[in-house]
Amino acid sequence: MKSKKLALPYAIWMAVFTLVPLVLILINSFQDSNGNFTWDNMVKAWEYRDVFLYSLKIALISTLVCLLLAYPMSYMISRLSEKAQSIIIMLITVPMWMNFLLRLLGWVILLQDGGPIDTVLNFIGIDIQLKDNDFAVILGMVYEFLPFMIMPLHTVMSKIDKSLIEAAQDLGANPFRVFSKIMFPLSIPGIISGVTMVFVPSASTFLVAKYLGGNRQMIGDIIEATFNSNRNIGSALSLCLMVVILIFIILANRFGDEEAVGV
Amino acid sequence: MKKYRIPSKLYMLLIFLFLYAPIAVFIVLSFNENNSATNIEGFTFKWYAEVFRDRILMDSLKNSLIIASLAALISTILGTVASIGMYNFKGAPRKLFQTLSNIPIINPEIVTGFSLMLFFTFLGNFAGFEMGFLTVLLAHIGFCTPYVILSVTPKLRQMDDHLYDAARDLGCNEIKAFFKVVLFELLPGIISGFLISFTYSLDDFVISYFTCGPKFQTMPIVIYNSMRRPRYPKISALSTMLFVVIITILIIVNIRDIKASKKNKN
Repeated sequence: MKSKKLALPYAIWMAVFTLVPLVLILINSFQDSNGNFTWDNMVKAWEYRDVFLYSLKIALISTLVCLLLAYPMSYMISRLSEKAQSIIIMLITVPMWMNFLLRLLGWVILLQDGGPIDTVLNFIGIDIQLKDNDFAVILGMVYEFLPFMIMPLHTVMSKIDKSLIEAAQDLGANPFRVFSKIMFPLSIPGIISGVTMVFVPSASTFLVAKYLGGNRQMIGDIIEATFNSNRNIGSALSLCLMVVILIFIILANRFGDEEAVGV
Repeated sequence: MKKYRIPSKLYMLLIFLFLYAPIAVFIVLSFNENNSATNIEGFTFKWYAEVFRDRILMDSLKNSLIIASLAALISTILGTVASIGMYNFKGAPRKLFQTLSNIPIINPEIVTGFSLMLFFTFLGNFAGFEMGFLTVLLAHIGFCTPYVILSVTPKLRQMDDHLYDAARDLGCNEIKAFFKVVLFELLPGIISGFLISFTYSLDDFVISYFTCGPKFQTMPIVIYNSMRRPRYPKISALSTMLFVVIITILIIVNIRDIKASKKNKN
């Protein structure tokens, strides 16, 4: 129980199953198919910069939409009784238990031409393309990752002392001031972890853009495609993706720290 | 705040409508007589019967359940032991250990899957094996264990260290003291770690996809392979059944929780 040796099995495990595979990505990124050193994979990865930018754009918009939708939702949940809170949170997690591909397919069916939503819209005289565009891709992402935004926000908000808000109101703060001076600053840790939990998977996910965006490709789709063809380029792309995500996480956390100090 | 009640209820309702819309789609399609995703014709239970006759579907469900049970069990043991070991470290080594342990959580799933695929093919070329059951299991243990550590570590912090010392003073050996005292204190964290692992493993597609090899299939892999193919109604039926089971379990658990909290108040 007091022995440090107990950490040893998992330390070995991590070395073998986390570190070695990552090192293999690094090595493969700079090798050709014969195992010789080359920069070619990185040059090829650079050719996919538009896909990277597109993925980041989609991920950023999706994260923002998730934040805008989840913030009021989490606030409303946190105002409910404890019992109601646990039931609502449970109901939010239930869809996540169903397979993600199946839910994705559900959206494909809902949004397709002649699908239920399209039929209703046509009936009231609106004829718009619902699927095979950026809107559908973002909808898919928001759908997939909204719970990851609601949960951390709710956790933080349910811990905010209600008497703080009442005190501010008693001291004459209007609702906007209560929000900007109390609610928002205190919920920043939740925002940071929610943003990270939505941005990282939505930037790197695959299949969503393919199925809802009419064969649009995000960086995950490109990596998946190299799986059976050229694993060296796949490695280079994975390496780049990892670096981009790492930079994002560092920035998000730094922003969080500064805000916390500022308050 | 009363005047905001109705709009806020409406807003919550809309969010729930959004979250459950695609689930409603496959529930409806599971009763659809027509084998297509667009035309709704007639009402049938036939897909529910055919689910159990579909060997590929049944085998993959069995595989998924076996993998999820083993992965959850092994990562719970590995993670609990690791949390205790890690707890005995202080400062920088502990921080390093934690950072390393969080890599599979922070790293994009596709990168984890891709790196493991490289690793297993590399090993396979050496040792002459093909990716399959074992590689999927190892990969799943890899991404489940960090979640076990995350749920056990807070319980370790809450635990009174003197409990263990007291048990030792009263004559327990190390192992007995662990099983009689420490394990009991950590149990809530261990159970939630196990449940998180089980559900993540059961639902994982990305990492399984990269590590399953050509012959081994879990449920999500079969779903992927039969997207827009005739198997869809059967998969809808199976998923509807799973949905009903999950909802039932959650309702039972919640009712018990509510009853338990009422008892505590009395």
